[in-house]
Amino acid sequence: MQISGAQMVIEAFIAEGVTTVFGYPGGAIMNVYDEIYKQDGFEHILTRHEQAAVHAAEGYAKASGKVGVAMITSGPGFTNAVTGLADAYMDSIPLVVISGQVPMSLIGTDGFQEIDAIGISRPCTKHNYLVTDAKDLPRILKEAFYIANSGRPGPVHVDIPKDVTAQIEEFNYDIELDLETYKPHIKGNPRQIKKAMEAIAKARRPLFYLGGGIINSNAAYEVRELVQKTQIPAVETFMARGVLSYDDPMLISMLGMHGSYAANMAMSETDLVIALGARFDDRVTGKLSEFAKGADIIHVDIDPASISKLVNADYPIVGDVKSVVEDMLESVNLVDSTRYEGWRETIANFDELHPLMYHEDSERIKPQWVIERVGQLLGDDANISTDVGQHQMWAAQFYPFSRPRQWISSGGLGTMGFGFPAAMGVKVAAPEKVSINFTGDGSILMNVQELMTAVEKKIPVINIILNNNYLGMVRQWQTLFYDKRHSETDLSVQPDFVKLSEAFGGIGYRVTTKEEFDAALKDAVEKNVVAFIEVMVERHENVMPMVPAGGSLFNMMLLEKKETK
Amino acid sequence: MTESNERRVVSVIVINEASVLSRITNLFSGRGYNITSLTVAPIPDTKYSRLTIVTAGSVRVIEQITKQLHKLVPVLRVYEHCDMVEKEMALVKFPVTENLTDIDTLCRAYNGKIVNSSENVVIAMVADEPQRVDNFLTVIKRYNPKEIVRSGAVALER
Ligand SMILES: Cc1cc2nc3c(=O)[nH]c(=O)nc-3n(C[C@H](O)[C@H](O)[C@H](O)COP(=O)(O)OP(=O)(O)OC[C@H]3O[C@@H](n4cnc5c(N)ncnc54)[C@H](O)[C@@H]3O)c2cc1C
Ligand SMILES: Cc1ncc(C[n+]2csc(CCOP(=O)(O)OP(=O)(O)O)c2C)c(N)n1
Ligand SMILES: [Mg+2]
Repeated sequence: MQISGAQMVIEAFIAEGVTTVFGYPGGAIMNVYDEIYKQDGFEHILTRHEQAAVHAAEGYAKASGKVGVAMITSGPGFTNAVTGLADAYMDSIPLVVISGQVPMSLIGTDGFQEIDAIGISRPCTKHNYLVTDAKDLPRILKEAFYIANSGRPGPVHVDIPKDVTAQIEEFNYDIELDLETYKPHIKGNPRQIKKAMEAIAKARRPLFYLGGGIINSNAAYEVRELVQKTQIPAVETFMARGVLSYDDPMLISMLGMHGSYAANMAMSETDLVIALGARFDDRVTGKLSEFAKGADIIHVDIDPASISKLVNADYPIVGDVKSVVEDMLESVNLVDSTRYEGWRETIANFDELHPLMYHEDSERIKPQWVIERVGQLLGDDANISTDVGQHQMWAAQFYPFSRPRQWISSGGLGTMGFGFPAAMGVKVAAPEKVSINFTGDGSILMNVQELMTAVEKKIPVINIILNNNYLGMVRQWQTLFYDKRHSETDLSVQPDFVKLSEAFGGIGYRVTTKEEFDAALKDAVEKNVVAFIEVMVERHENVMPMVPAGGSLFNMMLLEKKETK
Repeated sequence: MTESNERRVVSVIVINEASVLSRITNLFSGRGYNITSLTVAPIPDTKYSRLTIVTAGSVRVIEQITKQLHKLVPVLRVYEHCDMVEKEMALVKFPVTENLTDIDTLCRAYNGKIVNSSENVVIAMVADEPQRVDNFLTVIKRYNPKEIVRSGAVALER
């Protein structure tokens, strides 16, 4: 079939099963937008900023496990999207992002809206392409989708000059991909797996260290089985929330900088770390030389570069965590689950000593209460996105996650402005669930224009703004480490968030009591339109416990003890 | 763990395609690895090129470099050499007024010779192990070399 490059993009999307494209048009991508107008194979959602288009695609990908797709124009359209690419790269989110480029004849001439897009995206994508001939387009698009969602997932960027989208060539998408230089390793080495299982059987204080790779690999239920059968306690990274259900007796909590005391102490006392799809991030390990000191490390990861990057692995296993855990289950009878009883007790004692909690000691609502309350009211019925800051950490700590892909948050890049557009993508991917975005009074303003998208496309995201009139996370560091010099973090001057939402056609609530909050949430869920629920929370609350940057996990700042709950 | 900065030679086989070289150099600069020298040329009768990169780092850094290189989509293979034949070429321009017999003798000791002469200058070439090329360049200082160019190392595993 002889079609234009622009039509090829449409045909490839349809062949890949794409149902939603998030994007923003402009000169260099107009040929493709013209074809979007003519087709009805997928829906295009016009965001009001290119950054939001990419974050929405990320939210969609994280909630669905499918490749998220975004489309933008050249120059400023592309540069606006870069934060989204970087975010997806850090968090291993599968995306295909298509950008327009100036015509080939103008490349290199500082043409209007020309920027070296693939030069910019190279360090923040898994792979990228500049398409110089429409004959290559079917193969490149097919490779892009394959690379994005295989191995360690990540964003792939395809930059297409305007004349290439106009060029007419033969289109055939039934191509066998032959990527001889790209062959992800799926199956783990059986001998290594056996050795790892033997090490587990011999260990006295083993600990599962569960990471986001389990979510990528759709392996949460296999991991649940392995944990259940071995009765070995587990900690989750921030990215792994929802791998185990909150009520799983083996789940201690999140570990790391804002992990629970018991989780961090368990990691400090263990003699065998079983790392599954986790990358030993500095927010997790604290001071490396003191991290899990004395423990042997089993490390399962699909990316060989993650293994022994920061912490030396004694049992390195390269492979897809799902396949490896299935193999581990084969020899799970080597493990005597009663063996770790004493260890489980030790951990229970840690947790009793300093449980994850907060004090109800303020006139104002405590931010943690809001998270818990939403958990009580919506629980499994909601998907939870967040922005970045204190509210994000409280959500990670206090929400009762019960399933994988329920938790969507920017971990690696920590991008303020991620939450609202991501929650739109989540809602599109999972319309049957309530899509909540826990956000801050700082973060929400970084993509607030998406109210318009949500109103136009009827995407009823509920944004719960934990308003502390501060860039709270930065304020916390200033309080603790900069002698309370609150430099440029006071957000006393604020918009009227209710009117702001209403100005776009959304709804808004300003809440100062618990009763008002319950009523607002109930009403927002019923009304089913995009909402702001602004909750006036205690301003000076800190996220605790906390491992100061570069400190050891066992050296935490803890919540002050008080008589009252 | 020792963090000694060892010199290392890494060979990389890549598919010949646009911007593959910048992918590799970006990786080095972006992750804070250094490149002492880099050579690249197509492998005859294939669609590949071979790069030889001389770098330095601790064992852990070198391991990361090879893994990260391997992760790049157009990279076919990465060799971290231990037992290799390694050679580098240098060209040196001398004034004709210097003692050319001495220079010629020296060049021969380092697998080279005088390869070009014109009215005012001669150009000498040597090809030897990089360490020996270093020695050569020290020794010829007294003959007032006008210009020196080194090719960077190429290597083959034995
Ligand atoms: C303000 C702030 C504070 C934070 N504090 C904390 C904290 O206290 N605790 C915490 O844990 N995090 C915290 N984070 C998040 C942190 O920055 C990292 O994003 C997070 O720790 C990384 O989680 P992960 O190790 O599970 O890796 P991910 O980023 O999820 O990486 C997944 C790993 O799994 C591998 N993988 C991918 N797919 C597969 C597969 N199919 N099979 C096998 N392996 C696979 C990948 O190669 C990679 O190594 C914080 C972030 C912010 C913004
Ligand atoms: C785009 C971006 N800019 C700056 C930061 C640094 N930063 C991290 S948290 C934070 C404060 C966020 O404030 P708010 O959204 O009100 O959340 P809170 O911490 O108060 O809950 C800032 C400025 C960031 N993560 N992202
Ligand atoms: Mg705030």
